[in-house]
Amino acid sequence: MLAYIAKRLAIAVPTLLLLIIISFLLMHAAPGGPFTQERALPAAVLANLEAKYGLDQPLWRQMATYVWGIVSDFDFGPSFIYKDRTVNEIIAQGFPVTLTYGSLSFLLAVIVGVTLGVFAAIYHNSWLDYLAVGISIGAQVLPNFVMAPILVLVFTLWLRWLPGGGWEGGQWQYIIMPVIALSTSFMASIARITRSSMLEVLNSNHIRTARAKGLPERKVILRHALKPAMLPVISYLGPAFVTMITGSVVVDIYFSTGGIGKAFVDSALNRDYAVMMGVTILVGALTILFNLVVDILYAWIDPKIRY
Amino acid sequence: MMNKLLLTTILSVGLALPAVAATPQAGETLAENQDYTYWLLDAIKSMDPQINTDVEGSGILRSLFEGLYNEDQEGGLVPGVALDHELSDDKTTYTFHLRDNAKWSNGDPVTAGDFVYAWKRLADPATASEYAWYMELMQVKNAAKIIAGEAPVDELGVTAVDDHTLQVTIEAPLPYFPKMLTHASVFPVNRKVIEANGDKWTEAGTLVGNGAYVLKEHILGEKVVMEPNPEYWDNEHTILQKVTALTINDQDAALTRYLAGELDRVDIPAGRYPQMKAEYPDQAISVPQSCSYIYMFNMDEAKGPAALKDVRVRKALSYAIDRDIIVNNILQGGQAPSYNWTHAATEGFTLPEIDYASWTQAERTAKAKELLAEAGFGMDNPLNLTLNYNTSESHKKIAIAVQQFWKGVGVNLTLNNMEWKVHTDKMQNQDFEIARYAWCGDYNEASTYLDLFTSYSGHNNGKFFSEEYDQLMKDSKTAADPNPMYTEAEQILADEMPMAPIYQYTKVEMIKPDIKGAGLMNLMQNWYLKDMYRVAN
Repeated sequence: MLAYIAKRLAIAVPTLLLLIIISFLLMHAAPGGPFTQERALPAAVLANLEAKYGLDQPLWRQMATYVWGIVSDFDFGPSFIYKDRTVNEIIAQGFPVTLTYGSLSFLLAVIVGVTLGVFAAIYHNSWLDYLAVGISIGAQVLPNFVMAPILVLVFTLWLRWLPGGGWEGGQWQYIIMPVIALSTSFMASIARITRSSMLEVLNSNHIRTARAKGLPERKVILRHALKPAMLPVISYLGPAFVTMITGSVVVDIYFSTGGIGKAFVDSALNRDYAVMMGVTILVGALTILFNLVVDILYAWIDPKIRY
Repeated sequence: MMNKLLLTTILSVGLALPAVAATPQAGETLAENQDYTYWLLDAIKSMDPQINTDVEGSGILRSLFEGLYNEDQEGGLVPGVALDHELSDDKTTYTFHLRDNAKWSNGDPVTAGDFVYAWKRLADPATASEYAWYMELMQVKNAAKIIAGEAPVDELGVTAVDDHTLQVTIEAPLPYFPKMLTHASVFPVNRKVIEANGDKWTEAGTLVGNGAYVLKEHILGEKVVMEPNPEYWDNEHTILQKVTALTINDQDAALTRYLAGELDRVDIPAGRYPQMKAEYPDQAISVPQSCSYIYMFNMDEAKGPAALKDVRVRKALSYAIDRDIIVNNILQGGQAPSYNWTHAATEGFTLPEIDYASWTQAERTAKAKELLAEAGFGMDNPLNLTLNYNTSESHKKIAIAVQQFWKGVGVNLTLNNMEWKVHTDKMQNQDFEIARYAWCGDYNEASTYLDLFTSYSGHNNGKFFSEEYDQLMKDSKTAADPNPMYTEAEQILADEMPMAPIYQYTKVEMIKPDIKGAGLMNLMQNWYLKDMYRVAN
């Protein structure tokens, strides 16, 4: 097992490097640059800017300098647009925000989603099943860019219970609406996957055996059905967790949380090369890490899987 | 011998409104609550005066720093750090007399040397400021050479004669030079703090300014908090006690939060002004703002389409646009239909008699058809053109409307929507036929618009060229009264039509009625927190 983990981590390094190279090239291939603006800069001013940020160097050298900065000093460079800040500072400010509301959304989505899915499967074709499926389809078709304004309209403008946005260091009243807006569609997917997987497991041989030997239904579900039914759910949860903790541009924009979801999209539109690379690497590294976590969980859940 | 020219005498604007600091009018009672929260569309990109490039950033900088002059409620100049100035007989040397009681927020005195340091910093290639060109625009001596790396920074035409006397030498007379001094990029900065903290000097707690407010908190993309600066020379007249600027990237979300009472001032999204005006007549306002919206024609020798080199075609395209429909049915925010380039409310500017402005739309459309027929186009031989515009709901709506107007005169317009950076990149490389464009004035004077269409302007993306126009604009720089020349230049634009004017901006926003001193009648929309206050209802 340890050897397996070590091997996977070793593969992660070239994978990330490849990600960096491809993103770097794609980014520089896009028309315009960080200093392209409506008022074209005079050539001399542009030359000074490019010299300051090293953009006058050949592409391979820019990339080498950038990668070396990360390896030697863990320095992701300065932002080209938010010039008072470095990429490290932008991520250090924004990532804890998205990590907070993302993790909470994840917990909420998993708890509610799995519960809904399990009950729908157990009471297959009953009103409870229809209700659970109804809720999850409803949540799925209500994207967060529709959900967010509705939440603000109801809880901020009409009821005046919650502030319409902001973060304020992560006080609870600022977290509620982002968490609801972000978690609903994930919750719906989790419920649907759980339900179909659970239905399949409930019809399998070992469950019939468990029931035949007279185990109480609660034990059958919790001890024998739930664990194997979780396999497809977990393979969905790995990437979903990364997506959630690296934030949602809709949530960040609508609730002004200051998270990195917005920073990521902005950096692409602004051609803020360093921020874009920084967030790409963060998302890439987290994706690799959580895929590994998922694989380890697999082995733990299913004794048949051996590495 | 220098001409003593006191500031008050060069200003034509009357001082009926509070000139310096927040001064409640007779009959007004101050509210107990003097907190103020306003809206920012985006995160503040920099709090460094020489690095900032944004309008929103400038608003914050006008609160944290103070330049030589400030603007009053209507945009006229009033003393800032400078009390007044003298101009030499050859009109190229300005001598500013600085007040002796101006202080930095750390207690240091503000001196002429601070301005010299800041201005050199702006031009210095090592600073790599995007606004370095502003020094060139101001014609400060040797600025262009310094930026190009051809002269040392110390040769910039700005010197501190003594602590309270600043002398600036410019390359050629520039009638609007004093007006350019309210721009944030020429605000002073504190050398000691910058040298001690490097790029980190703009952090809350470290930043030292000479403005009426100090920076308490800055969370990127969330908020900026400011409080009065006790060291400010006129702090006794500062009334607002806590100012918060909240970044909300979605305009509709911002309006909702305004309606929920979380903000005191916010922009109204396109198309929602009539509804807001009906529901909140005392809060919804629409005031002129110095920006102009146009469709630029590509007249480039090599890359421009042949048809657009024919002035009859350019005129026909402009005539066929029904601007009234665009402003009344699409924008609906009190914007003015436009038949020329310079914003009509620009100080001192007189519009020429532009013929088609007074025609009815039916007359314009008829004339457009006639001109197109002369140029060899018509319903049976349609002209095919492409319009580039950047992603935005209102740009799209206007483009669709124009497509319909032009279809009626036999022009097939293909709409080409692109991301902002791609749009800009294509425009600057003349890779377009017709492009959406907008320009906002840097100062309240017509040349900020008209200079754009000179052949030597870096922003003349359509490559319009007229020797007569260039000469007029050059002559205007030394003229005693340049305004008649500006009028003539506009006439050339109307005759040559290098672009189709569409509309002139208004600032459409919601503002709580108890907030006063917000400079709403200042065409540049420059407000100063130190002049603002809340009245009791």
